[in-house]
Amino acid sequence: MSLFPMTGTILKSLFRKPATRAYPFVKRPHIAKTRGSIEIKIDACIYCGMCARKCPTTAITVDRATRTWSIDRLRCITCNGCVDVCPVNKKAPGSCLAMRESYTTPTGTRETEHHQGPEKAPAAAPKA
Amino acid sequence: MIEAQPTTNITPDTLVPETQKMKANGYRLVQMCASRLPEGLEVNYTFDKDCAFANLRILIAAESPSLPSVSGVYWAALLYENEMHDLYGIQFPGLVLDFKGNFYKVAKKHAFNEAASCTAPAKS
Amino acid sequence: MANRTIIPFGPQHPVLPEPIHLDLVVEDERVIEAIPSIGFIHRGLEKLVEKKDFIDFTYVAERICGICSFIHGQTYCQGIEEIMQLQVPDRAKALRTIWGEMSRLHSHLLWLGLMADAFGFESLFMHCWRLRETLLDEIEATTGGRVIFGSCKVGGTRRDVTDAKLAEIVRILDGMEQEIRDITGVFMSDSTVKHRMRGVGIITKEEAQALGAVGPTLRASGVAQDMRTLGYAFFNKINFKTITRTEGDCQARCEVRIDELFASIDIIRQVVAQMPGGAVDVEVKGNPNGEFFSRVEQPRGEVVYYIKANGTKNLQRFRARTPTFANLAPLVKMLQGCDLADVPVMALTIDPCISCTER
Ligand code: SF4
Ligand code: SF4
Repeated sequence: MSLFPMTGTILKSLFRKPATRAYPFVKRPHIAKTRGSIEIKIDACIYCGMCARKCPTTAITVDRATRTWSIDRLRCITCNGCVDVCPVNKKAPGSCLAMRESYTTPTGTRETEHHQGPEKAPAAAPKA
Repeated sequence: MIEAQPTTNITPDTLVPETQKMKANGYRLVQMCASRLPEGLEVNYTFDKDCAFANLRILIAAESPSLPSVSGVYWAALLYENEMHDLYGIQFPGLVLDFKGNFYKVAKKHAFNEAASCTAPAKS
Repeated sequence: MANRTIIPFGPQHPVLPEPIHLDLVVEDERVIEAIPSIGFIHRGLEKLVEKKDFIDFTYVAERICGICSFIHGQTYCQGIEEIMQLQVPDRAKALRTIWGEMSRLHSHLLWLGLMADAFGFESLFMHCWRLRETLLDEIEATTGGRVIFGSCKVGGTRRDVTDAKLAEIVRILDGMEQEIRDITGVFMSDSTVKHRMRGVGIITKEEAQALGAVGPTLRASGVAQDMRTLGYAFFNKINFKTITRTEGDCQARCEVRIDELFASIDIIRQVVAQMPGGAVDVEVKGNPNGEFFSRVEQPRGEVVYYIKANGTKNLQRFRARTPTFANLAPLVKMLQGCDLADVPVMALTIDPCISCTER
C-alpha cells in the first residue's frame, strides 16, 4: 500500500493530453445513431397524421387540408416514435421522417416550426 | 414466469398481528401501496425474505378510509403511510411520525383517491 | 444538558444536489434526530397511466429517473410482459442485460465521483467522471441517447446492436478495467478517504433488514440480497456473485459499489460471449389483464413496480417504489447520533435519488 495511492494516476494525467475539448474551437463529433432531432422530407409526406397520433408529447400537428406538418421542438422528447410509425418510412426507411444526429440549436422562445407541403404551395420551401 | 407472487387477503383487524408475524419470521418490508378500484381502496403490503415474495392485501371503503398503522412494527412503514395519507387520504391512527399531510407538497389533496382514476380510458 | 438547535439541511445543499430536506436536531456537534421531508417535486407520474396507453407509458417510466432510466423502462416492460405472458426473444433479453449493466457502471462511477466531491477530493471526482464519459459515449453509440436510452419496449428492444459493436464494447471495457482499478484503489486504500468513511454511519445487519434497506446499503451490512438472482432477463444464464460486506459503514457501502463495477464488467463479458442471435422483439397483441409486482435490481437497489391492468389499454394502477424511498429510513437511523460534519457523507452513501423517489 503506497502512502498516496493517487500518485500513479496523477503522473499519467500529467503526460496525457487533456480529457476535455477546447469547446468553441473543437466541437464534439456527432455519434452515429444519436437521437438528435426530427427531420421531415415534406415532399414525401402523405398527411396521414399517424405521427401526430402516436407522439407521446403531442409535439406534432398535421393538417391535411392545408398540407402542413408542424412540430414544437421544445415538446419533442426525441423518442423516435413518429419515425417508427410513419407509413412512408415503412416502405423506404428515412424517406419521410428521420432522426438527425444533430441537436436543435438552443432557444429561449417556444416556437412551432411549420413545414408547408407542395402542390397547394409549389414553392415547397419550409418557412422555419 | 420470473417468480411466484402469493397474496393473502386479510382484514383491518388482523393487519397488525399478521404484520408482526411477518416481522417475527424475518421478512423485510418491501413496499406498501394503495390502489383506487371501483369497489374501494385496495392496500397492498409487500414483504420479502431472501427473495421470496409475500403480499398481504386489504380492501377498505374509499370514503373516509382508515387503517391501523403498522409503523409500530416496521418503523419504515411511516414513510409509506404518510405517502398514502397525502395521496389517498387514508388515516393511520397510531402513526409514529405524522407529517400531517405535509409529506408531499401537492397542489391537490388526495388526488389519487378520485373515482375517475378507475374508469379506464379517459373520454376527453 | 447542552442546548438543542435545529439545523435545516437542504433542499438546496452544496454537496447534495437533490431536493431532500432534513431537519437536524443537534446538541453541540452531535445530531440527535433527523426528520426528513421530501415531496418538493412530486410529479404524479403514477397518475399518468390514466392518460397514456400501456405501450406509450414506457416513455414515461423511463423518465422517472435520469440515471437508471433504462432499468426503469426494463422493469416496466418486464412487468407488462409477465402479465401478458409474452415470450421475449433471448437476444432482446441479452441486450437489456448489457444496457442494464452499463447503466449500473455509469451510475456507480457517477456516485464515486460525487462521493469524492463530498469529502473534498476534487481531482478524484474528475477522474471518476472522465471514465464515466467513455461509457456514456458507448451508450450513446448503441442507443442514441446518453441519459434516456429509449431502447426498451414492451415485447423486446427497439434497436439491435451488431456483434461487432458488442465486441468493441467489451474491448473498451477491458481497457477501462485497469483504469477503474487505479481510481477505485484510492477509495479502498487512501488513509484520508478512509478517515471520512470507516466506522461512520454503521447499520447492523438486523437494522438493515428491519428498516427495509435495499441494494448496496443492505449488502454492505452483510445481507446477500440481489434481485438479479431472481434470474430475470439474461441473469439465469450468467455466473455472478452477490457482493457483500459485513461492516455496514460508509466505507463498506463504497466498497460494495466498487466491487459491483468489476462484477458488471464481467457480466457484460459473459453476455457478449453467449450472445444469442435472432429477432429482438415480438408483436404485442391485445391488452394486459392481471397484476404483477415487477422487481429489478437497480444501481441503488431493488425497484418495485406494481402494475395492475384490467384488460383495457390504460392500466388501472401503476406504482413505483424506488430504491431511495426504501433507503430513507436507514438514512434517518444512520444520522441519529452522528457528527454534523458527517451528515453529507452519510446522506450520499445511500446514493439518494430523490427525483425518482417522488415520481
Ligand atoms: S420523436 Fe417522439 S416526441 Fe418527438 S415528435 Fe416524434 S413522436 Fe413526438
Ligand atoms: S406519419 Fe409520415 S406520412 Fe403520415 S403525416 Fe406523419 S410524416 Fe406524414
